Amino acid sequence: MSDTIAVPNKLPATSGRYRISDHLTSFGPLIALVALLIIGGLINESFLSSANISNVLTRSALIGIIAIGTTFVITAGGLDLSVGAMSALVAGLMIMFMNAVAATLGTGWLTVLVGILFALLLGTMAGLVNGLLITRWRIEAFIVTLGTMGIFRSLLTYLSNGGAISLESGLRSTARPIYYGTLLGIAYPILALAILAIIGEFVLWRTRFGRHCAAIGSNAAVAKYSAINVNRVRIATYILQGLCVAVATLIYVPRLGAATPSTGVLWELEAIAAVIIGGTVLSGGYGRIWGTIVGVLILGLIQNILNLTSWFSPHLNGSIQGAIIILAVLMQKGRAAR
Amino acid sequence: MLASVRSILGIGAMALAVVTASSSIALAEKAKIGISIPAATHGWTGGLNYHTKRTVDALKKAYPDLEFVITTADSATKQVNDIEDLVAVQKINALVILPFESDPLTEPVKEAKKQGIFVTTVDRGLSEEGVEDLYVGGNNPEYGRIAAEYFKTKLKGKGKIVVMRGIPTAIDNIRIDAFKKALEGTSIQVLDMQYANWNPDKGFEVMQDYLQRFPQIDGVWAGDDDAALGAIEAINQAGRDKGMIVLGGSGMNKVIKRIMDGDKLVDADIFYPPTLIIPAIGATALKFATGAPAGGRWVLGSPLITKENAEQYYFPEAPY
Repeated sequence: MSDTIAVPNKLPATSGRYRISDHLTSFGPLIALVALLIIGGLINESFLSSANISNVLTRSALIGIIAIGTTFVITAGGLDLSVGAMSALVAGLMIMFMNAVAATLGTGWLTVLVGILFALLLGTMAGLVNGLLITRWRIEAFIVTLGTMGIFRSLLTYLSNGGAISLESGLRSTARPIYYGTLLGIAYPILALAILAIIGEFVLWRTRFGRHCAAIGSNAAVAKYSAINVNRVRIATYILQGLCVAVATLIYVPRLGAATPSTGVLWELEAIAAVIIGGTVLSGGYGRIWGTIVGVLILGLIQNILNLTSWFSPHLNGSIQGAIIILAVLMQKGRAAR
Repeated sequence: MLASVRSILGIGAMALAVVTASSSIALAEKAKIGISIPAATHGWTGGLNYHTKRTVDALKKAYPDLEFVITTADSATKQVNDIEDLVAVQKINALVILPFESDPLTEPVKEAKKQGIFVTTVDRGLSEEGVEDLYVGGNNPEYGRIAAEYFKTKLKGKGKIVVMRGIPTAIDNIRIDAFKKALEGTSIQVLDMQYANWNPDKGFEVMQDYLQRFPQIDGVWAGDDDAALGAIEAINQAGRDKGMIVLGGSGMNKVIKRIMDGDKLVDADIFYPPTLIIPAIGATALKFATGAPAGGRWVLGSPLITKENAEQYYFPEAPY
């Protein structure tokens, strides 16, 4: 792999002197995460139990996997608001498809496998549509994905008649282990998140595609003159996002075995928030997957801690969440802003 | 002579006018009925949308002269706009509305009423009395009270329960207040109340955290069947289903099926059906189609559904 393409600096360029504050700001989200773990442990002794941590990690895996794709999209200077609605639509169509196929293939793993492939195909297609509209037709990413967000969600509402699309009970018992099963005591969704995060970090920092994403996000015009096929890379990030949504959805479906119009509501904001909390730059040019994962865990832990205490009126939950999110980002910006 | 002819003509014209006027009432002039309901943001409203569409389709077939305009809103603000459009642009003769929130919708509905529009409110009233011509509603205090009575009976007046609230709204407050009041003086302790937004995913997560936090839980009031379905999964995952009881509410078919099948975890439900939109639209439509009188307050009960009576509340083909 060539190193000729400009890689954005991990640390802000200083006079060359080593400064601890640079590292502090870089690891800001990690410090916030540790602080939350300590606070949680003090509030409730069962907080640090393996069962609770496993619950939070498994729940967070859904947003986490989506947010890996979001990191690529944002690093390349894009935005995707449609992921929550896309997830709901993929879930609904996947369930309907599996129910239909079960008539001939039975309720075993074969049907579930076909359903998974179908979901991945749907995610790819949805991402491709977003990508093509943004690049070929030159419509703002915000508008395109706001539009597809409405389209995806209302299609699901239409298909479900406003109610739930439920997986057949035989298929449900077959697919159940995808969410609830464990390997060496670790739930599958956590393993999936870990593996995808490692692959994502590798692709973002060690492959040409990853560097192209950062180059485009930092300056699309320069990237174009550097002979990068800007449109193709951009489309690829949206397809990657669609694939991540599909993977998260195929883990989500076995959990409750149903898709409803409330499935995935506001997941797009959670994913984007996690990415920014993790230190990726919203305007593009610099991204890091490990930060995104830390961001997702921060969001998951806040909700968990709020459920584990009666300190605050539940009416105030949103304000606590908001304050911690701002604090977590402040910790990495504090020094740099001065 | 001329004068008498004129007067005969005059009487004839008057008579004709009376005939046309009366026939227009009896045989339905082209009346337009606007329906404004919340969008399908959770299962119950999903069912509401489904039954609205079905009722309108049936009424259209029966009375071709009636016209219906359905609008769905995902916020009170959007609903205010919807009503303004129904009145000003669609020029409706009647409005059937399930208010998203009572306070913000009261003025716009009063404005519509002032223009001579027949107003039917469903489920939630307005914050001023006497605005609507017809009110069809569920009994929300009863909903909370029945839930409390259920736990009193099942737990023999003693135990620890957790509660999931719905979407923060007036309805949720009314139910929860009645629930708390009915539990006063018993030894049933409510460990915590968190919002689960009548949503299965949220119900799952809140229940997981309750189970981590409280080593002993005897009962769960999930407030709604959607949230209850999520809670059940969390309880099964933790293997804490022994000696636990879960009560949802509102009569989702999946939950009623469980009751009919003799589920150990869920053996009852509270009836509060989205079908209450059917009589509201029906009575309003008949008033215009046939001149049948409609008005007053119709309050549907919230009985407890158990294995004995579950069958009569079971609609397998409905989405909710």
